[in-house]
Amino acid sequence: MTLSLFYLVAFLSIFFSLLVIFSKNPVHSILYLIITFFTFTIHYILLNAQFLAIVNFIVYMGAILVLFLFVLMLLNLNKDSEPLKSNLLKIIGVIGGMCLLVTLVGSTKALHLSDPVILQAQNLGLVKNLGKVLFSEFLLPFEVSSILLLSAMVGAVLLAKREPNNA
Amino acid sequence: MELAFVIEKFILITVVFALSLVVAMYSTLAERKIAAFLQDRVGPNRAGPGGMFQPLADGAKMFFKEEIIPEQSNKFLFIAGPSLAILTACIGSAVIPWGDTIAIAGRIVDLQVTDINVGILYIFGVVSLGVYGVMIGGWASNNKFSLMGAIRAASQNISYEIPMGLSIIALLLVTNTLSLKEITAQQHGWHWNVWYQPLGFLLFMICSFAETNRTPFDLPECETELVGGYHTEYSSMKLGFYLFAEYINMFISSAVMATLYFGGYNYPGMDWVNNMLGPLWGPLVGVAVLFLKIFAFIFFFMWVRWTVPRFRYDQLMNLGWKVLIPLAIANIVITGIWITISDRI
Repeated sequence: MTLSLFYLVAFLSIFFSLLVIFSKNPVHSILYLIITFFTFTIHYILLNAQFLAIVNFIVYMGAILVLFLFVLMLLNLNKDSEPLKSNLLKIIGVIGGMCLLVTLVGSTKALHLSDPVILQAQNLGLVKNLGKVLFSEFLLPFEVSSILLLSAMVGAVLLAKREPNNA
Repeated sequence: MELAFVIEKFILITVVFALSLVVAMYSTLAERKIAAFLQDRVGPNRAGPGGMFQPLADGAKMFFKEEIIPEQSNKFLFIAGPSLAILTACIGSAVIPWGDTIAIAGRIVDLQVTDINVGILYIFGVVSLGVYGVMIGGWASNNKFSLMGAIRAASQNISYEIPMGLSIIALLLVTNTLSLKEITAQQHGWHWNVWYQPLGFLLFMICSFAETNRTPFDLPECETELVGGYHTEYSSMKLGFYLFAEYINMFISSAVMATLYFGGYNYPGMDWVNNMLGPLWGPLVGVAVLFLKIFAFIFFFMWVRWTVPRFRYDQLMNLGWKVLIPLAIANIVITGIWITISDRI
């Protein structure tokens, strides 16, 4: 039951991520991306990670993609206004893609199936357990990542603030 | 999974769904009656006794109006917008505990559709999803006014989610749980969270006004500047869905405020009443009390709408970022210090 559900959701994830790439209209791309993130939320629920699921839901679907959509709506991209890419750029893109493909194939050849990770605590994803682990075992990485986010925020504010002085 | 359990949940979901629609329907009448009262008018009084059937007449009118889809619009998204708006408005009620457990014919029935252990965050997620209906509809209309409304809705929603989330964090420091059922159970009798989190409640309430696009924060549909805002191009029942979604949102956010801060189905002297009336009628009195609180909040929403003028856009942003967020952070710090001190004593 859970396995067939997983395959269905996994198929939907891949299907909608492909639509993100292949749709011509950038706003449609973002809408497909929203659905893709929604399928990720279902994946987390299937893994019994309720907190991660709902945070993914709030942060990615509810905040980040709203901002993406916001910016794209303001840009109002059309087929006419889309800049034409030169042939050189296209060739460079193809070469870059090929390099990535070769690397991926090479790495999968080198890969051998290790022991699958077995979840020790079944309820690790619940809020209480997750909080305890974050604030005891992984306290340092947790705090460092918060400093990283803070510095990113300060940097963004700094970049936004510089404009009125120059104008 | 017994059949009885499925039937029980099915009935509960149907009742909650029907109730939110009926409450939203009669909120439209209440809004007009309250507006009339505040402006010293009579209000709608033609359809039925005292205007009782006015919402039905309005609904029928909406259904029979001509449906216009603009030529240049994106057809699919144009229809998806109002559908999403009404969908996200309706799914929020799933985690609200409408009452204590009741005993019917030997079965213990929980008056909550589901008790997930991240209940508050679920509500928060649904609220943050609500903006998509407005954004998609506004963009798909292919109209400058609609687009401006959609963009205003998005930026307002994101700005006011932050103080809302921060005020919930302060509440969580007090309750120590994310499950709405446990939060309600903790507020037994008169131990309502509003006594412990008065500032948090004030912030949460202001943010819910902004999240439901109610006056004084109804800038996405500000008719003096934007014709009709995001639903300028909409007609017929699609417009009806947008307007209806606002009333359902108001009902759900009133229910959330009553549950989080005003004790949900708890009231002073409930133990005595439960002893008197037994395990079936006692909790049902609690349900009635919860609905009384919800109606009080809905009345407050309307009272504010017909009293306070609309904010200017820069005032809205200043209030959100420069007043509410610092206050919410201060509230978290004060709550943390208070809890630490009271633990030591």
